[in-house]
Amino acid sequence: MNAETLGAVRRFLPQIVALFAILAINTAVFPGFLDITVQNDRFYGSLIDILNRGAPVALLAIGMTLVIATKGIDLSVGAVMAICGAVAASGVAGGGSVAMAVTTALVVGVACGAWNGMLVAMLGIQPIVATLILMVAGRGIAQLITEGVILTFNNEGLAFFGSGSIFALPVPVLLWIGMGVLVAFVVRRTALGLLIEAIGVNRRAATLSGVNSHVLLITVYMISGLCAAIAGVIAAADIRGADANNAGLWLELDAILAVVIGGTSLLGGRFTLLGSLIGAMIIQSINTGILSSGFPPEFNLIIKAVIILLILVIQSPALRTFVVFWRGPKEEVFDKEQSAP
Amino acid sequence: MSSEPMLRVENLTKRFPGALALDAVDFSLKAGEVHALLGENGAGKSTLIKCLTGAYRRDSGEIVLDGQPVDPRDTFDAQKLGIGTVYQEVNLLPNLTVAENLFMGRQPLRFGMVDTRSMNRDARQMLAQYGLEIDVARELSAYSVAVQQIVAIARAVDLSGKVLILDEPTASLDAHEVRMVFDIVRSLREKGLGIIFITHFLDQVFEISDRLTVLRNGRLVGTRAIAETERLDLVTMMLGHELSQETREHAAERGGKPETRFRFRGFGRARSIAPFDLDIGRGEVVGMAGLLGSGRTETAEVIFGIRPHDSGSAEMDGAPLALTSPRKAIAAGIGFCPEDRKTDGIVGDLSVRENIILALQARRGWARPLSAREQNTLADRFIKALDIRTSDREKPIKLLSGGNQQKAILARWLATEPQLLILDEPTRGIDVGAHAEIIRLIEDLCAEGMSLLVISSELEELVAYARRIVVLRDRAHVTELGGAEIDTDSIVRAIAADAGTEIGT
Ligand SMILES: Nc1ncnc2c1ncn2[C@@H]1O[C@H](COP(=O)(O)OP(=O)(O)OP(=O)(O)O)[C@@H](O)[C@H]1O
Ligand SMILES: [Mg+2]
Repeated sequence: MNAETLGAVRRFLPQIVALFAILAINTAVFPGFLDITVQNDRFYGSLIDILNRGAPVALLAIGMTLVIATKGIDLSVGAVMAICGAVAASGVAGGGSVAMAVTTALVVGVACGAWNGMLVAMLGIQPIVATLILMVAGRGIAQLITEGVILTFNNEGLAFFGSGSIFALPVPVLLWIGMGVLVAFVVRRTALGLLIEAIGVNRRAATLSGVNSHVLLITVYMISGLCAAIAGVIAAADIRGADANNAGLWLELDAILAVVIGGTSLLGGRFTLLGSLIGAMIIQSINTGILSSGFPPEFNLIIKAVIILLILVIQSPALRTFVVFWRGPKEEVFDKEQSAP
Repeated sequence: MSSEPMLRVENLTKRFPGALALDAVDFSLKAGEVHALLGENGAGKSTLIKCLTGAYRRDSGEIVLDGQPVDPRDTFDAQKLGIGTVYQEVNLLPNLTVAENLFMGRQPLRFGMVDTRSMNRDARQMLAQYGLEIDVARELSAYSVAVQQIVAIARAVDLSGKVLILDEPTASLDAHEVRMVFDIVRSLREKGLGIIFITHFLDQVFEISDRLTVLRNGRLVGTRAIAETERLDLVTMMLGHELSQETREHAAERGGKPETRFRFRGFGRARSIAPFDLDIGRGEVVGMAGLLGSGRTETAEVIFGIRPHDSGSAEMDGAPLALTSPRKAIAAGIGFCPEDRKTDGIVGDLSVRENIILALQARRGWARPLSAREQNTLADRFIKALDIRTSDREKPIKLLSGGNQQKAILARWLATEPQLLILDEPTRGIDVGAHAEIIRLIEDLCAEGMSLLVISSELEELVAYARRIVVLRDRAHVTELGGAEIDTDSIVRAIAADAGTEIGT
């Protein structure tokens, strides 16, 4: 292991520990949990399942990370998933080609993001309000597209995005990992990451330094829209139908959680895509664990909430302050200055 | 005056990751004295204050107030002990009203509700003592840094029963306001308060303090009575060496008229600044003088496109310039170092390196990143040239001392190699040593052809390096002084002149 990976491991230690703890509990309860088998040239097993089922949240978390880094938030991603799933489904149901249907869905997703971005950047509407508009309206739009029914389709080409596999790995897994690598590469190899962080920390100072904050903000929301569109296509392909009411429902909250668990602050600025992706997998491990444990479904949400609360408390700076206080003030808590009145 | 100190600090030590900010410092404050706390940028002055008020937790050391060991946990706690503080970075709440800021945490109540009417009345009275007549029901952010600073001072004065701490309170005030603040400080001294006063203006030290303490690199250099201290000694105590005395040639007497590079005609914006004509020559330094609110910052903001102009035109070397946004201004080779470094300057969580390269990177666009090596070279070059005191270039800029943040913002603009650099109170919070360095650096750049427009409340500073001085009043350019006319007296006269006696532009 070189120094860089070692640094990354140290940085994400709480997340990695949390992830392994949850997997360990799962393994203790279900002995076969870690088994991975190969059938029909494809890997099967609970771990693969987690990677696969976690795809939508992981994809949403990628876009959400960038949005949050600008001190924004995108509540509309769940609804955008529903819209784009509906667009793709109606495309093939109407006899169009898969390529055409998917492309249209992606373009629509990007357009949704552009809309959000313009409200935030040009009109100066607070992101939470600006994206709430599409969150509410989006499901209506999706219903208009599906004409109020679950729009099913029988197209193997589109279904491939949900259940197909390449190199023995499910396509959704490849999609979220690919998208994560692509976005991370673009953001870190260009100056985009720095400029996004600058906007998130102090938008006024960044703008006065010549950072084109309007264009960057819109771009970031467009990337979020694109990620939501891919997630929407996967969700529709998975059930071979577009469900305007339930596709992506509440997933914006899971995505935000994934970002926060991953270590990106909701106050904007420094962000980590890798952390968010680990966060998404933590959430999915919890979901899978609870589901396969056979607890009555009404417990699921409560257990999930408790586990997430635990993770967040362990990470919270307040707890760190407390520990420091306990062991004596060895380490500086930098935020103290800002919290003084 | 009793000789037993009211506040005693012994062996105070404070360590930050990568920096020992205070190393066993002793300090004492008597009742009824003004005690100046001095030192270079990053010497540890603000840290000492913050340890005293509990904003920082000290590593070791003893604080004794009125014979009792005390350990305030936070600023509120310190206030309860009778210690009122104005921090270097004004930390009031910009989206509350002026009156709410003054009475935060102790609003007058009536039938269990905040009695806004009497609160506003009290607030108006409080500010009137400082000669400030403003609408106290407006949000604080609507006012300039100077006004905010006075509000912070008024609040701290009102809260301090025993000790008043002022960390560079006068940095953006002009002579008149400084006098008002000093009058209040003197009356508090008569009442027996102890006052700790941090500043980089040595004149103010000699004017108002009784004793002084100098810190250098986190260590105590010494405490002296003012009456026994010579100015030169003091500078040597602060810097650890003598300030190299240079006989500067009076800027205004330098050579013939430079060729005009920037030409503004009828440039202005309704309700911000009346249309003005302004020429700036190649390598020329033009100063702007005027009272608080006279339109100096507005002039800068209109030129830089922060408030786009709605009349007139601008040219550079005869070609028209579109200065409708900061980006366009930067593309045209203009840079602007704003007055309020906390809200308009630093990007706090980012490193010193990232802050220095930000403007240059933004101009290149996101797709053409500066390589890691270029960034490091650039950052190291300016950290050295401007003597920015930081443990390393990756330190978040918000952890630097105030003066060093200021230098880093200046570096951000110098890195873009601008044709015209606008500086709004450039030496705010910068120590005497660095001050001389920075002025020398700027003069070198001007010799290479950079033009400079400087706003400063420090008239001596303007006199020292401006070739011409534009005087502003009531949001209009009223007079221009040049050549032999430039000296502090004539500037003061021009600022104070009645509208009738204008010389005209
Ligand atoms: N929270 C912090 N974390 C790490 N280092 C810090 C922190 N606060 C201050 N420092 C370091 O401690 C040193 C002293 O800083 P301090 O702010 O006390 O200087 P100062 O004397 O007030 O300078 P100035 O005149 O520029 O305001 C500096 O080197 C600074 O970088
Ligand atoms: Mg300071």
